[in-house]
Amino acid sequence: MIEMRGICRDYVVGAGVVHALRDINLTIDDGEYVSIMGPSGSGKSTLLSVIGCLDRPSAGTYRLDGRNVAALDDQAVARIRGHKIGFVFQSFHLVPRLTAAGNVELPMLLAGVEREVRSARVSQALDAVSLSGRAHHKPEQLSGGERQRVAIARAIVMGPAVLLADEPTGNLDSASGAEIVALLERMNAQGLTLIVVTHDPNIGRRAHMHLSMVDGALADQAFVRAAS
Amino acid sequence: MTIGDTLAFGASALRGHSLRTALSLLGVAVGVTSVVLLTSLGEGARLYITGEFASLGSNLLIVTPGKTDTTGFAPPIGGAPHDLTIGDIDALQKRVAGVRRAAPMSLGSATARYSDLTRETVVVGATAAWKDVRRVEMRVGQFLPATEADADRPVCVIGARLEEELFRGRNALGEHLRLGDERFRVIGIMAARGTNLGMNLDEVVIVPLGRHMKMFNRTTIFRALVEVTSHDALPAVRRSVIEAIKARHDNEEDVTVMTQDSLLATFSRLLSMLTAALAGIAAISLSVAGVGIMNVMLVSVSERTNEIGLLKALGATPGQVLRIFVAEAATLSAVGGLAGLAVALALSAAVRRLYPIFPMQPPPWAIPAALLVSLAVGMLFGVLPAQRAARLDPIRALTRR
Repeated sequence: MIEMRGICRDYVVGAGVVHALRDINLTIDDGEYVSIMGPSGSGKSTLLSVIGCLDRPSAGTYRLDGRNVAALDDQAVARIRGHKIGFVFQSFHLVPRLTAAGNVELPMLLAGVEREVRSARVSQALDAVSLSGRAHHKPEQLSGGERQRVAIARAIVMGPAVLLADEPTGNLDSASGAEIVALLERMNAQGLTLIVVTHDPNIGRRAHMHLSMVDGALADQAFVRAAS
Repeated sequence: MTIGDTLAFGASALRGHSLRTALSLLGVAVGVTSVVLLTSLGEGARLYITGEFASLGSNLLIVTPGKTDTTGFAPPIGGAPHDLTIGDIDALQKRVAGVRRAAPMSLGSATARYSDLTRETVVVGATAAWKDVRRVEMRVGQFLPATEADADRPVCVIGARLEEELFRGRNALGEHLRLGDERFRVIGIMAARGTNLGMNLDEVVIVPLGRHMKMFNRTTIFRALVEVTSHDALPAVRRSVIEAIKARHDNEEDVTVMTQDSLLATFSRLLSMLTAALAGIAAISLSVAGVGIMNVMLVSVSERTNEIGLLKALGATPGQVLRIFVAEAATLSAVGGLAGLAVALALSAAVRRLYPIFPMQPPPWAIPAALLVSLAVGMLFGVLPAQRAARLDPIRALTRR
């Protein structure tokens, strides 16, 4: 459950202040499928970062599963990122020197999961993205679609509640892009809250809840509607 | 994240840049090698010199003419008001209780000549007692005869090397050796021994002291070694020796009497200081290696900005990021330190093998100190880059290209 009340995010740039987010009020239920659309610089990614606890709002309250994130220290916020949130990035962000399995293992390494448990969950997660056969390949030996699937396996391996995807198909051809979207939707169908930032209206339209941003604000709440 | 996982993750990053890793390992290894090798040299010198003194036995007094207020090994500069004569030393042996033997000596150099071969040699004037005090072993023949100390007989004892060089395999015993203008009959050849107390006994000629002093026109002896009956008696005998000579020199205290212990202590102190100085010089190279590690880690942090952002997005706390990078720096310095230590130990073993006489080995503190310092240097210089990594803003780190 994501609840945002009066969220603002300001950056000081030189002498001026940029209002990246203005008075965002938002409630996203568990298991929801949300798309965030809007022109470049409208604050989509900033909103996603705040939801993902990578960024802290300048004002307002953000409650994640009832906990006020603003009141938590860096360590607790890091733990939330590790346990509750999975990130999928446009440019995959795989560690090039680690194998697919090594990359998927990374969040568990940071969380201090025991070695035996780790390897079991790595193969489970790779299985879920149909990449069991590629476990020992380095990212450079994988296609773009496969890399993004490794990234999705990494995002779900800790069993998060929320999956955040920032332009997940931006670096992919349309065929692999469609595969990735299907994969993400499958995760959503299993109960994960899925929030996708995208430029592509065809992808944005697939979500149940559409958010549209302009100049750091959610454009007219009327755009928010539940799909069938 | 366990320590093992942290180290393994760091090691994977280091392996990913093998050339850069190898170069900074080399830096640390050179630093540690130089610390261990240079301190080994200093320690070797200390052991060598203390060994030389110990071979003389521990109950020796060294009497030199002249008086200085400071004690130390340097021979006193400035004339002694009274000559220290053979008679003075003779009196010690005869009249001071606790003196077992007194061996006066004088030094000079001359051209030794046999048939048409000549060689510049050190000529020692000594008495029969000298053989026992200096623990001289004879290979053939006998040492100087135990006659009166001012015996004048033109006989000599030669070192093994000198015999080899001048007599070329012929029997030297009974032959006449020319020293300057005088002829000396060879009555004994010493067993090979090597350098001892700064004098290579293999290359010297030893002649009776009285003869020596006339030959070189000396009135005072160079020094005398006095062997005391027991180590415990040393301080008392030292005072008696000073008193006895004072009495013979118009009540003027104009000799310096050192115990071997004090001499040894002085040397030992001096050489320990030398070792420390060498260690200090070597430590500079270790700190240069530390700067190298810092440089490598800074490059690594800026090159892996994306990865750091990712780690944070995946749940790494600032503390974890810090530990990951410090662990990398520590791995670099520890592995480099061990490699350097191995090289240094191998080199000093090689030196010991080539020059068995020189006991080159690291002092006991040097090995742990070198390893600890290199580890500390690595971590110290690794902290700054690691802090930079820990403080990175994850969003900016992720979006940087």
